[in-house]
Amino acid sequence: MDSSWRSAGLVLCLAAGSAVAQPASDTQSLRREIDAMKADYEQRIKALEQRLQAAEDAQKAQPPTAAPATAAAPGAPLPPTAIAPPPQPVPSAQASTQSLLETSLILSGQYTRTSRDPADYRIRGFSLPPDAQIGPGTRGFSLAESELALTANIDPWFRGQANIAFEPDNSVSIEEAYVQTTSLGNGLTLKAGRFFSSVGYLNSQHAHTWDFADAPLAYQAMLGTQFNDDGLQVAWLAPTDQFFEIRGELGRGRSYPGTDSNRNGAGMSAISAHTGGDIGESQSWRAGLSYLNAKATNQDLSAFDPVGNPITNSFSGSTNVWIADAVWKWAPNGNATRTNFKLQGEYLHATRDGSLVADTTGAASSGSYRQAQSGWYLQGVYQFMPRWRVGLRTERLGYGTPDYGANAGLVGLDSGSPSKQTLMVDWNPSEFSRWRVQVAQDRARPGNPDWQWTLQYQMSLGVHGAHSY
Amino acid sequence: MSIVKRFLAAAGLLLAVAAAPAHAALKVLACEPEWGALVQELGGPLVDVAVATTAMQDPHQIQAKPSLIARTRNADLVVCTGAELEVGWLPVLLQQSGNARVQAGQPGNFAAADYVRKLEIPTSVDRSQGDVHAAGNPHIQTDPRNIGTVAVALAARLQQVDAANAAQYAQRATAFQQKWQAAVARWTQQAAPLRGVPVVSQHKGYVYLYDWLGIKEVAVLEPKPGVEPSAAHLQEVLATLKATPARMVIYSAYQDSRPAEWLGKNAGIAVVKIPFTVGGTDGAKDLFGLFDDTVARLLAGASPK
Ligand SMILES: [Zn+2]
Repeated sequence: MDSSWRSAGLVLCLAAGSAVAQPASDTQSLRREIDAMKADYEQRIKALEQRLQAAEDAQKAQPPTAAPATAAAPGAPLPPTAIAPPPQPVPSAQASTQSLLETSLILSGQYTRTSRDPADYRIRGFSLPPDAQIGPGTRGFSLAESELALTANIDPWFRGQANIAFEPDNSVSIEEAYVQTTSLGNGLTLKAGRFFSSVGYLNSQHAHTWDFADAPLAYQAMLGTQFNDDGLQVAWLAPTDQFFEIRGELGRGRSYPGTDSNRNGAGMSAISAHTGGDIGESQSWRAGLSYLNAKATNQDLSAFDPVGNPITNSFSGSTNVWIADAVWKWAPNGNATRTNFKLQGEYLHATRDGSLVADTTGAASSGSYRQAQSGWYLQGVYQFMPRWRVGLRTERLGYGTPDYGANAGLVGLDSGSPSKQTLMVDWNPSEFSRWRVQVAQDRARPGNPDWQWTLQYQMSLGVHGAHSY
Repeated sequence: MSIVKRFLAAAGLLLAVAAAPAHAALKVLACEPEWGALVQELGGPLVDVAVATTAMQDPHQIQAKPSLIARTRNADLVVCTGAELEVGWLPVLLQQSGNARVQAGQPGNFAAADYVRKLEIPTSVDRSQGDVHAAGNPHIQTDPRNIGTVAVALAARLQQVDAANAAQYAQRATAFQQKWQAAVARWTQQAAPLRGVPVVSQHKGYVYLYDWLGIKEVAVLEPKPGVEPSAAHLQEVLATLKATPARMVIYSAYQDSRPAEWLGKNAGIAVVKIPFTVGGTDGAKDLFGLFDDTVARLLAGASPK
């Protein structure tokens, strides 16, 4: 490129030069001068042409981006073997089928049968907001959560994703809506907007990818079923062969265990670290430790007084949640198509610390409040033949002895540990459809166990989504 | 917050210990074994190749597991089939890698199928037809002529991303092409008796192989692409074979052999396992072995017993 410009300039100068050469007194000396100049220019042009040719040859042998560097240094040695110019991609029908916005729609519905009334569902020992989405939901036929997912690259630097959930009660909620960097490099990715926190294992996964129809009790009791927030996340992946990733998050803390409030600063901060790898060809694993802090102001919590009448308390304070998670997967030769097994477990420990106004519509008495809660689940899912899977989940919660300080006599206490056993069988005619039967013996409430039957379908329309591990 | 700070400090320490010294060799992650083998042929000691899958795994159904995310993070070049073969897992690897070099559209992202003429491009994409690939059939590696075409594009790409060693890649590419074209001519000649031979396939995975050798596919064991063969569909195929007999039934190393064996027994035809990619059989140790073995197995299957 450089050389061709130079030679073009030279030709221009030559033309201008000949125009300037007006008749002078000594025509003979002038002619000699012109002849000398001509010879000189011809030589120089010839030399330039040769250099241009060499540069063009070099360019042909080199891939396009490397070319300017080679051409800028004329006379550079040519590669010993020159191959044909790089082939161009073969045009195909693909371009027309790809769209700027990838759309996928999850349709889900279920039939639920329970032995106890879901209306009075609660998790004993855990004081939760009155609108907490816990328990088996409504009896009978209902639309389960259907979800519209939109995703696309925005430009060479950002990617965006939105997940809009349609709830059975005709309300619409934004599960996720975020933008994410794609070009920072060095293992760094920044995310801004609303997103599921990366704490634990299950939290960041969409409900339709879960192996059971509902979230574990520990998630329902300590993370508001699935914790999402508005804020920022920075993820960093270490430059090692061993997978090691850290994610830090700051957010407004809009959902349980936090509350939305009039704050300039962050109401939520979280950090999670995960590592993982392979054991031979047939096994892979991932394990991690996460920490979440959320602040609550005047958070309404359902409770009951010592004689059993429902009351509402108001909590202001801070909640620290620690989560240890691990997942192990096995498939013969790493080929999960026919049979595979997945073992997964998480342990959550939450500490709520602050002040509490007991019975806001009655005594309205202020006092301190501190409670350490914990819970775990362990589940195994086995694909015993193509299309068919069976899963078993066992879980248990502990809630210690809540310390209500001055309000000790105003709030009733529970006894016995919440626990639940769940069995599920699902049939997947293709990657895009699933039918599931699930039965659970739920002992979250005091008294008789609640037998919960769920028949569910989950279908995926649109683009073939990629799933995280 | 102090817990967060301590956490970060601990992580930083771990990083300092873990950060390995930079390798001089170009780090390449190949999605499938055939591209790993090709990069090795073209790069030799200049490249450090990791392969995401083995010949025993179904390339349609791989999980974005932690080890693969870590390898994508450190790759200078990712070499995959493309044509939507890796649509269920590669996007997750790229997103979570935090590696700008290998994102789609970057020189560090190479899709082999972009450089060959694709077959079976559907006129419309309707999932009632199964998991059809909108971009055409992605199993391009079963035709050695495609490997040769991809090798030209891949060599150019290696020269682009590792410009310092461009001359060496060019030299290796020329040497490989000479060897490869001679081998293709030899295989084509050896496989001449296969022209017009009717066969049954387990998966629609061999359209390029058949296009190359002139083999005729009369039935497929999967009722729809990506849908496992069912007993009812196997009976249908068996009935079809009464009217249009086939010489053999072909399946890939990573697939369940039982449907093919059932048909082989009931229809009285040969059952042929082909490596499908490098490492699929003991004979398929490299790209040359892959086709030596594939042609030998097909010829053995086609010869009357
Ligand atoms: Zn396929």
